[in-house]
Amino acid sequence: MTYVYRSIALLLALTVVASPLTAHAEWGDLNMPVGVTELSKEIHSLHMTIFWWCVAIGVFVFGWMIWSLVAFRKSQGAEPDVTMTHSTKAEIIWTVIPVVILVIMAIPAARTLIAIEDTRDTELSIKVTGYQWKWHYDYLGKDVKFFSKLDRTSDETRQLNSGLDPHAVPDYLLNVDNPLVVPEDTKVRVLLTAQDVIHAWWVPQFGMKKDAIPGTVNEIWFKVDAGKTGVYRGQCAELCGRDHGFMPIVVKVVSKQEFATWLAAQQTGATPTVASREPAPSPRG
Amino acid sequence: MANTSTVDHHDDHHAPTGLKRWLYATNHKDIGTLYLIFACTMFFLGGAMALVIRAELFQPGLQFVDPQFFNSMTTMHALLMIFGAVMPAWTGLANWMIPMQVGAPDMALPRLNNFSFWLLPFAFTLLLLTLFIPGGAPAGGWTLYPPLSLQAGDSFPLTIFAIHLMGISSILGAINVVVTIMNMRAPGMGLLNMPLFCWTWLITAYLLIAVMPVLAGAVTMLLTDHFFGTAFFTAAGGGDPVMFQHIFWFFGHPEVYILILPAFGVVSEIIPTFSRKPLFGYESMVYASASIAFLSFIVWAHHMFTVGMPLAGQLFFMLSTMLIAVPTGVKVFNWCATMWKGSISFETPMLFALAFLFLFTIGGFSGLMLAIVPADFQYHDSYFVVAHFHYVLVPGAVFAIMAGVYYWLPKWSGRMYSEKLGKLHFWLSTIGVNILFFPQHFLGLAGMPRRIPDYSTQFADWNMVSSIGAFVFGFSQLLFVYVIWQAVRSGEKAPARPWEGATGLDWELPTPAPYHSWDPPPTREVVAKGVAQQH
Repeated sequence: MTYVYRSIALLLALTVVASPLTAHAEWGDLNMPVGVTELSKEIHSLHMTIFWWCVAIGVFVFGWMIWSLVAFRKSQGAEPDVTMTHSTKAEIIWTVIPVVILVIMAIPAARTLIAIEDTRDTELSIKVTGYQWKWHYDYLGKDVKFFSKLDRTSDETRQLNSGLDPHAVPDYLLNVDNPLVVPEDTKVRVLLTAQDVIHAWWVPQFGMKKDAIPGTVNEIWFKVDAGKTGVYRGQCAELCGRDHGFMPIVVKVVSKQEFATWLAAQQTGATPTVASREPAPSPRG
Repeated sequence: MANTSTVDHHDDHHAPTGLKRWLYATNHKDIGTLYLIFACTMFFLGGAMALVIRAELFQPGLQFVDPQFFNSMTTMHALLMIFGAVMPAWTGLANWMIPMQVGAPDMALPRLNNFSFWLLPFAFTLLLLTLFIPGGAPAGGWTLYPPLSLQAGDSFPLTIFAIHLMGISSILGAINVVVTIMNMRAPGMGLLNMPLFCWTWLITAYLLIAVMPVLAGAVTMLLTDHFFGTAFFTAAGGGDPVMFQHIFWFFGHPEVYILILPAFGVVSEIIPTFSRKPLFGYESMVYASASIAFLSFIVWAHHMFTVGMPLAGQLFFMLSTMLIAVPTGVKVFNWCATMWKGSISFETPMLFALAFLFLFTIGGFSGLMLAIVPADFQYHDSYFVVAHFHYVLVPGAVFAIMAGVYYWLPKWSGRMYSEKLGKLHFWLSTIGVNILFFPQHFLGLAGMPRRIPDYSTQFADWNMVSSIGAFVFGFSQLLFVYVIWQAVRSGEKAPARPWEGATGLDWELPTPAPYHSWDPPPTREVVAKGVAQQH
């Protein structure tokens, strides 16, 4: 038995040592990203709080188990205490303490949840419609709309026995032809629906996902911190058929200035940077 | 029970041989064996599908299967493992053990017992047939969410009909358990004297009777949506796809406890035996099981936090879900207290029960994390969820089934398994299962969605590790079959009480247990002896 515990300890130690060393290495992707929005940071901190509670309870419970297994071995001549069969006091203690911990945990969780649901004062609304298997983005009231689907290189590489090396494709399966473009430091409301089956829109760096359901409009919001411009990637998170794994989400966060320029260009149709290579299919029935 | 002095002796000990013994089986042991063999077969078929999944996910890019077939594999793997492997395995153990533990000669309704078993091979033949028809097997996930599930081809009616048959089989099996426990207990065997396995199974049986009809209703509505022009779940016709999810998970969450409650029972028998000490807090264990069963009816929407519920709904389901940690914690603490000041030895059943204790607790922790709604918005439908439910189902339910089989095999067969090979099986399984599922926590947190056949290269390393674990775990289960086969064929003769700490009526029977377990019923002295040692 000791060998096993030693191996577990070694594994844990390795994990701890390895994590800070590997900013970009794949082995280091062990935890939820902190993200780049107001909410994603709160969600991450909730995740870490509940995680450390679990670790603390785990140290106690596993400690108790391991202690018993080591101290009360028959092979070491342990004699059972058969009179020890119940204790109302103990039962009350280990009912009440978990309840207290849960209440302590529920309060910040409820607070964050209320913030998540607060979609007032949004500065930009984008309607996102899921299709099998692409996304449609519609900047409400701005007269800008387009489809966004898996980029051609990923698409060729991901074919069965394509013979192409996914490692050679930049952002394999996480790249699209037309990314969603949003400004930093702006409360963006995303209205989610779907045309055919249920999809889910998820960008881990923005902290959350929500289902896009035919006949229903769901909403989430995000506000990317000022200075966090860049490209953020995600995927459909609800099984939606054959190519569920191949409808990524790419969001390009730009400065407010750049966004205004981009939007104006889209409206006049001057630069076809977001024009699809194929004509956009008309929505089905 | 009204007249215990005149015991009805059925002298028609007709014992058909060969195929008829099994086709016409009415004996609880024969039917239990059938259930266990069936479950084992489905475990290997479902396991083979899991290996197809893990082979495809071994590295990025599509190497072996089409994405549609991949989706069929995830769907069928789940249906086979839940309805074909774990549930029938529990019914098999219930068939074997409940009459022996309550002091009955057999199950209360033997012909119903035969029928409920023989529905299963037909149900699963229908389901497996879909692999060979045009359009392939169902690929919309075992949760059958519409509108996606309605896009299925010819597999659709076969799947629904198969699920109906499985549901009928489960309900009949559950009725049999309830009637047996309520009516067939030997004089002196009060409800609160029963071994915990009987208790958890009694609660499980009520859950089954309550929720299998709900599943039947849900899939019937899918069927009429597909073929008869109704629009229960079709938005275009005024229906609501989310309503299906509510109905499904009203079945689905109690179903989760249907899979795990009997495991609590088995572990509550094995840990006291090998700690040579009575179970700590017997009554609180019963009440905790009942509380878990009750709570299972009011937490269903935590499976669907991302569908867009009102804030109040999300808060309610978060709090009720967190509450489940309390009775579950009581159980874990009671098991710990049972080992405390015991005299512990580490035979194979105990090793599996201990692995259950450690690894189910890890699954419980990730479950607690999943209850926190804002964090769940990140975890939902990611590999974190896959890791969570596999921790509670594989080293949870499946390990408990294996623990139970090793524990009672000597009583069933009259022969001992090889302790050396049993331990080897245990270590291979435990190491394999952790290599398989632990990295999936990392994958989910890093952002890998579940049910995808191919992934971005950033997920490549841990997927490879997970797949290696899958093959280690999968192939070591062949050893399990070999250990049992070897024991039954040529194992050493087992004594009546192979485990010195084993108590209860099942251990008062001779070894191997007689064909009609308690016939005549145990005397009050025998019952009192079995019960006294238990408390």
